[in-house]
Amino acid sequence: MNKYIKFGLPIAAILGTLGWLAAGGISDTKTYYKSIAELNQMGPQAQDKRLRVGGDVAPNSITREGRDVKFVLMQDQLRLPVVYSGIDPLPDTFKDGAQALADGKLGTDGVFRASKIQAKCASKYEAAPSSAKPVNPNS
Amino acid sequence: MENIGSLAILLAFCFAIYSIAASLAGKWAKRPFLVLSGERAVYCVWALLSTAAGVLIYSLISGDYRMTYVWAHSNHAMPTIYKFASWWGGQEGSLLFWSWLLATYSGVVVYRSRRRFRDMMPYVTSVLMATQAFFLILVAFVAKPFNVLEEGRLIVNVGDGQGLNPLLQYWTMVIHPPMLYLGYVGFTVPFAFAIASLITKQPGEEWIKTTRRWTLVTWLFQTTGILLGAGWAYAVLGWGGYWGWDPVENASLLPWITATAFLHSVMMQEKKGMMKVWNIVLVSTTFFLCIFGTMLTRSGVVNSVHAFAQSSIGTYFSTFLAMGIAGTVFLILSRLNYLKSEAQLESVLSRESTFLFNNLILLASCFAVLWGTLFPVISEAVTGEKITVDAPFFNRVEIPIAMFLLLLTGVGPLIAWRKSSFESLKKAFTWPLVSGVAVAAGLAALGVHHIYALVSFLLCTFVAVTVFMEFVKGANAIRQKSGTNLATAMVELTHRNTRRYGGYLVHMGIVIMFIGFTGKAFDKDTTVEVNPNSALKIGAYQLRVGSVEEGQNEDYQWSRLPVDVTKNGEDLGTLEPEHRVYLAQKQPTSEVAIRRNLNEDVYLNFAGMSADGQRAVLQAYVFPLVTWIWIGYWVVFMGTLICLTPSKSRLIWARTQVVGVAEKHADVQN
Repeated sequence: MNKYIKFGLPIAAILGTLGWLAAGGISDTKTYYKSIAELNQMGPQAQDKRLRVGGDVAPNSITREGRDVKFVLMQDQLRLPVVYSGIDPLPDTFKDGAQALADGKLGTDGVFRASKIQAKCASKYEAAPSSAKPVNPNS
Repeated sequence: MENIGSLAILLAFCFAIYSIAASLAGKWAKRPFLVLSGERAVYCVWALLSTAAGVLIYSLISGDYRMTYVWAHSNHAMPTIYKFASWWGGQEGSLLFWSWLLATYSGVVVYRSRRRFRDMMPYVTSVLMATQAFFLILVAFVAKPFNVLEEGRLIVNVGDGQGLNPLLQYWTMVIHPPMLYLGYVGFTVPFAFAIASLITKQPGEEWIKTTRRWTLVTWLFQTTGILLGAGWAYAVLGWGGYWGWDPVENASLLPWITATAFLHSVMMQEKKGMMKVWNIVLVSTTFFLCIFGTMLTRSGVVNSVHAFAQSSIGTYFSTFLAMGIAGTVFLILSRLNYLKSEAQLESVLSRESTFLFNNLILLASCFAVLWGTLFPVISEAVTGEKITVDAPFFNRVEIPIAMFLLLLTGVGPLIAWRKSSFESLKKAFTWPLVSGVAVAAGLAALGVHHIYALVSFLLCTFVAVTVFMEFVKGANAIRQKSGTNLATAMVELTHRNTRRYGGYLVHMGIVIMFIGFTGKAFDKDTTVEVNPNSALKIGAYQLRVGSVEEGQNEDYQWSRLPVDVTKNGEDLGTLEPEHRVYLAQKQPTSEVAIRRNLNEDVYLNFAGMSADGQRAVLQAYVFPLVTWIWIGYWVVFMGTLICLTPSKSRLIWARTQVVGVAEKHADVQN
């Protein structure tokens, strides 16, 4: 057998399998990244796609009911109620005013059912440059 | 003080530029003293950056809150060690840290290699200093660590700083970032050598030996950094995992994968003179992935839990990357003639081909991780919609890849160079395969039906047995000659060929880590709201919850939930998960309590009180086999150290054996 074929076949087989796995992995887990405004514009098709919505956690909106955690995400004036019922504990950075990302699907009742929450501390790991306003102790 | 720091950085930048100019001019004009002054300039850069770093550390520890950086990352209440660690706690400081490490590495390289690689050194110095100059542009002009807080035109001194993010106030913060940085930065050195060898058309293999050692050292740092990060995530972040395929984690994994590929394929070049172009490509890719990784963590290109402040710094990095990659590609293309392979692949069943497949698989895995990490960026560019892929995507692709790699880990070292017969394969692999299948069948009979777990345990056994057989075979040969016992013979064997047997030990460590990873398939968890003084059950464990204790110190407020753990009536002691609220940042954190054991960890997280304030929210997990990951790391660590120790006999047998070059007959090094 030709040497190129001898090496080419297994290489093609490996790359083919991986490509197939990757393609399957992408189509099964792809998540559309949306802001609350974009979510509202999507209309009914928002309900069949897996979505990741970002916003700030509205102050005093976090409540726990059994394993579920309810809260409201805000983006400017827009609000989106979210119910989280995932297994993983919520991150410590998840608190009032934090930037949060919720992964899940939008229910027909307009409540977002999240299976995963990521949160950044309001000051992130790093104080955002714009928020670094020094306080004058004398004033 | 801050003026001294800024000035030192500016001067360091000038010296770096001077060093490039002097080295190159000295080389081209054949003026040794210019080259020498270029090398001396490297030491100056180090001294200046050490001064700048010293100023920053002094300001952090003494609490000079006039400075923006100190104010943003330090405060009075923090223990001194974290004040020190704030050096790399933020953007500006960590870039300075990068520069300082590169300066240190450069100093060591120049000092160690100044006589050995006379003709290459000017280029090595130039590449190192060009990278240095790039980072100094960032530190000196874009992300300045020595800015002071001002109001109008007055410098203000605020009483106290904001403090380091509480999640970072954990002992690994002191060593995890430095380890990763040592890894990231260290890969600049092999790259510099590769470029210099291309420019000077190096014929010999001497430089590749130096490069291999450097890569091995930095690889060890990178491995340590990644594992420390995993251990940190596991013990601090309270989500019970150690790896989440987060962009920043991926960024540290990418150069690790290509460096691993290089450490394998470099053997092909040393022993058979093959894959020369490929090795240069791997070294360069590793370097660029390191820069790329730094960019990912610094610029906020993709969303991450870790990502630092969004900043314009990404543009600088892209420019540097584009220029560097273009230059490297051009250089490789123009030197193709000098990189011709000295031998050809002969058979699919050969050591060479396992190296080929090893590299193919590693690169494919690297590409998959890169693709998944950048998917939001790519999809937005192509379709206009930002689409992310998550952990399931990575697991789906990477688990089969990892299984295949594990298989190669077992097969590769036993298969003969050039061509292997089915007979010899049967002889080498019968026992490993039989043991692997036996273990998998046994586990299946015991009720394990997770298919990947079974495959993984099969392969782990397979590789472990092959490694063990190799040791026994070699040790027996020694024992027959010298009559010592088996253990002494194994030590002797390892000492005779440290690279080979150290490498086996690293493989063994990886196998042990895989056993730990596979434990992930059997996790158990529960989240409950519990009344004080009640009991619950998870797996074979009974948990008896006590009542919440509370208190406060100057750094944080804490509440603690004591939980007595018993297993089948046997008392395993009390775990005390803690919930803290840091005062300066008003941020809650969880201090999980873990009872570590070889077979499984009991992991408790006290997530605070329920809405009505009456009950405690307790998350309880059982994580099987996690400890094996950390044990595996130590085996990898030992193995790598052994690889770095020189062998007792320095005969180069392998090359003469396989290539059969007559004039190289038992060529004794040095």
